[in-house]
Amino acid sequence: MSYWRALKPVTFIACLIPLGQLLYNAWTDNLSANPIEFITHFTGDWTLIFLLASLSVTPLRQISGWNELIKYRRMLGLFAFFYVVLHFATYMVLDHFFDFQAIVKDVMKRPYVTAGFTGFVLMIPLAITSTAGMIRRLGKRWQQLHRFVYVVGIAGVIHFYWLVKADIRRPVQYGAVLALLLGYRLVKWMPALWGRLAQSSSPIGARQLSE
Amino acid sequence: MLIKKSEDIKPSKITPRELYMNRRQFILAASATALSAATVLNGIDSPFSSSPAIAGQKLNNVRKSSFSATEKQNSFKDITNYNNFYELGTDKTDPAENAKYLTTRPWTVSVEGEVKKAKTYDIDDLIKIAPLEERIYRMRCVEAWSMVIPWVGFPLSSLVKLAEPTGNAKFIHFVTLQDPKRLPGQKYAVLDWPYVEGLRMDEAMHPLTILSVGLYGEVLPAQNGAPIRLVVPWKYGFKGIKSIVRIRFVEKQPPTSWNISAPQEYGFYSNVNPEVDHPRWSQATERRIGEFFRRKTLMFNGYGEQVADLYRGMDLKKYY
Repeated sequence: MSYWRALKPVTFIACLIPLGQLLYNAWTDNLSANPIEFITHFTGDWTLIFLLASLSVTPLRQISGWNELIKYRRMLGLFAFFYVVLHFATYMVLDHFFDFQAIVKDVMKRPYVTAGFTGFVLMIPLAITSTAGMIRRLGKRWQQLHRFVYVVGIAGVIHFYWLVKADIRRPVQYGAVLALLLGYRLVKWMPALWGRLAQSSSPIGARQLSE
Repeated sequence: MLIKKSEDIKPSKITPRELYMNRRQFILAASATALSAATVLNGIDSPFSSSPAIAGQKLNNVRKSSFSATEKQNSFKDITNYNNFYELGTDKTDPAENAKYLTTRPWTVSVEGEVKKAKTYDIDDLIKIAPLEERIYRMRCVEAWSMVIPWVGFPLSSLVKLAEPTGNAKFIHFVTLQDPKRLPGQKYAVLDWPYVEGLRMDEAMHPLTILSVGLYGEVLPAQNGAPIRLVVPWKYGFKGIKSIVRIRFVEKQPPTSWNISAPQEYGFYSNVNPEVDHPRWSQATERRIGEFFRRKTLMFNGYGEQVADLYRGMDLKKYY
């Protein structure tokens, strides 16, 4: 299966295409009249795309039975982190030029910035603990920690939704995909959740159930 | 997509660099094109009387104005490729791309309501009611970016005087063309179409308030609101309603599109005010297109000396 083995580096390079496109646009002076806004929107968009892509790995794998897919989850997640770092760096350096007072005020006062910043901060521990060593060391808690990616996804979509003026079509599209991906998990977990709920309810109830 | 890829812009839509870099050369080239087109169609006389107005066609006898700002002007390319004109698409680069749909001849503007001289003007007559002036104004968008734009137009007050408002006329209500074929963005109910705006009578009569029909000495491009649009330089850009077809004099404060869409965010007055933030972002600073560092936003966009009197005694936090 050497054919499949080549797929991983190919995917890696494909994930760099947006960055290449951005650099090419910069080189050819094609970043619109407002380059800082352009870069901010571009990197934000790709953060959301990679987040949703990484969240779609598990459902796709379970539905298709193609277990190889799991090998791409970490890569997609780390590319989401890569683009969010560029996104935040653009905001901090290009947009506000290290004006930390303005940034702190923005994060505290502007709900859309608060949401975006929350998502960004939550992604940091996930990126740090993405190594094989960390996965081994954290054991079961690794999975619990990485469930925060659901919060990150919600924060990211809300960040976008709260920022647009009137045309909510794009953020709603992202929201719809996210709802689908999270909804799948909810349906999947439902039996287990029910079971746990029944167990933890009153002993009488539990006994009645067992009888 | 939020971001347009460069491939989406047809090569024919992009002004060659040499042309926009060299104004003189550009104007020469554009007027040569217009001249040949006009000659073929029906000969040429003053401004562009009977020939269809073509964006890029030179406007004649444009006077300078002492109201003009002396700051560095934004390039023709920036002004015509970074637009908020949702009727031609909600991305900044959409209006330039979709400009081709907005034909501006024939075009009439109905002046009506509380006036003695109600009249439906043909656009080519309307632009002759007063001498055209160049007005270089700062334009501050509510999204916290700004430009310096050399408009060509005439004071709105010239039209108001011709219309002879009755004593009941307290406000003016402006309406944009409603035609999804020519304004394809109207196919989506992003806002409640048609776009409507309004001014109080004293704001409308203020000498800074103009109806613009041109840009950089040429016929206004469609993406900037051709054939005729409002420019009120001390207010946020969205007050400058584009592609106007109706100017109605009314007694009560008229509804305005962004106020209908989000009343807590956009008021009727919408004067540029660094102290009153948009609920979702700060209005204290702005990015001048073409500059790296943010600038401090000026009260009334720097036109306070001329217009602050209009709002004396008003709580500008309440009447945002």
